[in-house]
Amino acid sequence: MSFMPVILWSDALVFLLLAACIAGAWYIRQHGHLLLPWRRVAQSATAMVSLLVLSLFLLVGLLDTLHYRAALPETNGGGKVYSPEVLSVFDKLIEPLRTQTEKTYSAPLALTLYAKESISDARGRVLRDYPRLKFGGAHLADESQRDGDVAQRALIGALGGFTVGVLLLVIISSFPRITSDLAGVSGQPSRMASSFIRPESSQSNIPQSGQTHDEPLRGDFLTRWIPAALTSILSRLRERRQSSLPPHRGKVRMGVPAGMTGNKTRCAVITTTLIISALIGATFNLAAAYHVLGTDKVGQDVLYLSLKSIRTGLIIGTVTTLVTLPLALLLGIAAGYLRGWVDDVIQYIYTVLSSIPSVLLIAAAVLMMQVTIDTHPEWFDTAASRADLRLVFLCLILGVTSWTGLCRLLRGETLKLRELEYIQAAQAFGVSSFRILTRHIVPNVMHIILIALVMDFSALVLAEAVLSYVGVGVDPSTISFGTMINAARLEMGREPMVWWALAAAFCFMLALVLAANLFADAVRDAFDPRLNRTEANA
Amino acid sequence: MLAYLLRRILYAVPILIGVNLLTFALFFVVNTPDDMARMQLGIKRVTPEAIEKWKQQHGYDKPLLLNGASGGAGKITDTIFWQKSASMFVLDFGYSDDGRSIGREIATRMGPSLAIALPTFLIGLVAYISFALLMTLFRATALDIAGVALCVLLMSVSGLFYIIGGQFVVSKLWHLVPISGYDGGIGGLKFVALPIVIGVIGSVGSSSRWYRTIFLEEIGKDYVRTARAKGLSELRVLFRHVLKNAMIPILTGVVVVIPLLFMGSLLTESFFGIPGLGSYTIDAINAQDFSVVRAMVFLGSLLYIVGLILTDISYTMVDPRVRLQ
Repeated sequence: MSFMPVILWSDALVFLLLAACIAGAWYIRQHGHLLLPWRRVAQSATAMVSLLVLSLFLLVGLLDTLHYRAALPETNGGGKVYSPEVLSVFDKLIEPLRTQTEKTYSAPLALTLYAKESISDARGRVLRDYPRLKFGGAHLADESQRDGDVAQRALIGALGGFTVGVLLLVIISSFPRITSDLAGVSGQPSRMASSFIRPESSQSNIPQSGQTHDEPLRGDFLTRWIPAALTSILSRLRERRQSSLPPHRGKVRMGVPAGMTGNKTRCAVITTTLIISALIGATFNLAAAYHVLGTDKVGQDVLYLSLKSIRTGLIIGTVTTLVTLPLALLLGIAAGYLRGWVDDVIQYIYTVLSSIPSVLLIAAAVLMMQVTIDTHPEWFDTAASRADLRLVFLCLILGVTSWTGLCRLLRGETLKLRELEYIQAAQAFGVSSFRILTRHIVPNVMHIILIALVMDFSALVLAEAVLSYVGVGVDPSTISFGTMINAARLEMGREPMVWWALAAAFCFMLALVLAANLFADAVRDAFDPRLNRTEANA
Repeated sequence: MLAYLLRRILYAVPILIGVNLLTFALFFVVNTPDDMARMQLGIKRVTPEAIEKWKQQHGYDKPLLLNGASGGAGKITDTIFWQKSASMFVLDFGYSDDGRSIGREIATRMGPSLAIALPTFLIGLVAYISFALLMTLFRATALDIAGVALCVLLMSVSGLFYIIGGQFVVSKLWHLVPISGYDGGIGGLKFVALPIVIGVIGSVGSSSRWYRTIFLEEIGKDYVRTARAKGLSELRVLFRHVLKNAMIPILTGVVVVIPLLFMGSLLTESFFGIPGLGSYTIDAINAQDFSVVRAMVFLGSLLYIVGLILTDISYTMVDPRVRLQ
């Protein structure tokens, strides 16, 4: 083999999470009543668009999680020797970005370095000028050709990306199961759905399900959905221009023709897919010849750094839940259900933990972890595994400091649930406590857990940046948004300013966190029973 | 009332003991003082003598919990736990690694921290509640939707970018205020203005949205319908009824942070070079000065517990139904 697969600790945890998600999704698919709130999520255009953006980030993160060590060229007939550098599949896919490093800073799409240097020309004279980059735009003879070349490449890339996007949509729409599941319009469950969902959405759901149920979706993508997307955008624009008064929300709902909600969502998703795929196409076509987002102090491509940061952010946001969830669930439910001294002890523990300001607790724990790691260098065979263990520990610490809020919520809910009739009936029948907890309590607090987890994700991604700034975040050698901002911040004072690393980190983080926030809102709206009731009343 | 307060204060003691034990375990049991000394001295200069000397200098050359060598009360008092950890209960924080009294540092640094944190808190409170009331008044209209969208957008930007962006635009491009620094009195106004404005803007998103949720929840209740049925104008309903009834959830979230204002803000203070407790903590973390971090952890939880007690007292002020006994 020319490579050796490496499973770092964080990789293993990510795979564990992924398996849990797949198992959960499969279980939900089998149970119509569990699928119902997800249908509501799928009906929201913002939720589906943000899910699309999130899944792109997720794809990058997952590809970046498959690690390996490449074999070195064999030396003197000995056994295989593997490179100490741990790479990922994603590194391999975008290898030019990783390997084509310049000497130091260069602006986005620049041909030259950012600072003047002494260079000797063909006749041996020494000049002070901006030296040309080794890779960025090296194929051009002259700087004047750059703008035309950039425009041409961007256009070709965008067109290519657009075509790929269209093809992708055609392929997806030829699997009617997937699309109908997403839109919630397959015959059987949707009838059930319409009896459960609040009236306004079911109103728009029934005619739509009839409409799409008659004609299967197979292959009709080009003929129906693209024109539909275009007309919907045009009509929305026209509507906006015509309506001068902001109408009340109820009126808007009524004004929209029946069947538009599902249509609108689909059009929004299709439009976003096409825009994003064009954007990706343009970026990567340009990245083949330029540094699209410039280079940093040691000449690394900022686009590469931004893409690599995604995995760190995702891991902080997701692996932490592996710690939070069991702690909060076990302790919260135990405290609420068993009461008595168990409740007292658990309440005491979480009051103590939550009374310490979280940044300080995290700082204290991370400082101690650093001491432990520094005094035990023998635990780690590569630098990557050391940095990785530090990342996992950071998740652990974040989890230990952040389970208290969810635990308190679960305790309160369990206290409420245990007084309900069906629990008392189960107790009267002599059902064991364990069975009551797993069969009756846990399923009924699931929505709280889910809402809390999706809401926490974006907060954790943001926290990583702050912690790395404070100096208690990820290992300085780990590429993350925090380390990127930290490095770029030191260049604020430079004249003229080096702005692109900050801008790149800003854009990528904003996209990730905004998508996560919007998706979390949609999930909360769909799962929170209280919210649904008040809206139905209004 | 007095009996209640006394009970609450007594109840705070076990929590503080818990915090104390936790930090003690974190700082002395997970890593022994030897590990810390090795860390502080660096890899090259580590000799057993150097470690001993470092420990002696910083008072870590004693047994952790029980000193068998000394007699009488010294068995307990002549230990690391007693001298470094338990002493915090009488607010004796000991000395930092550079030999200064932590207690005195805290006393002098509280002022600058408050100069930033208090105006930020007050201006923020008024601004967020007004914005949330505005959104509630125009609920379910384009204005409300735009407001919520703005909130979500502002929430999604890392706090670091507000500070970096603010410093860049206001100080570097417009030259309105100095980039960083601090001065007491009126002259200090130009230094604290930008941190305050950025602090307020930084949490507009999450706070306004939170207040909006509270107001919307109140506005769906029966007494609001009654008030409207009486013929009250929407503005009057909002200010006379909804705002007053929303005070309990607002106080729950707000009063608890008032004592923590003394601690200052880590990010703002370190970016703007304000000599407050926040930057003190950051410097200590970067210098790995564990005694300062330990002191700040204890101080933080002490202030948090004070905040919880204040919250309970504040309930009695806004809601006559609440009696503390």
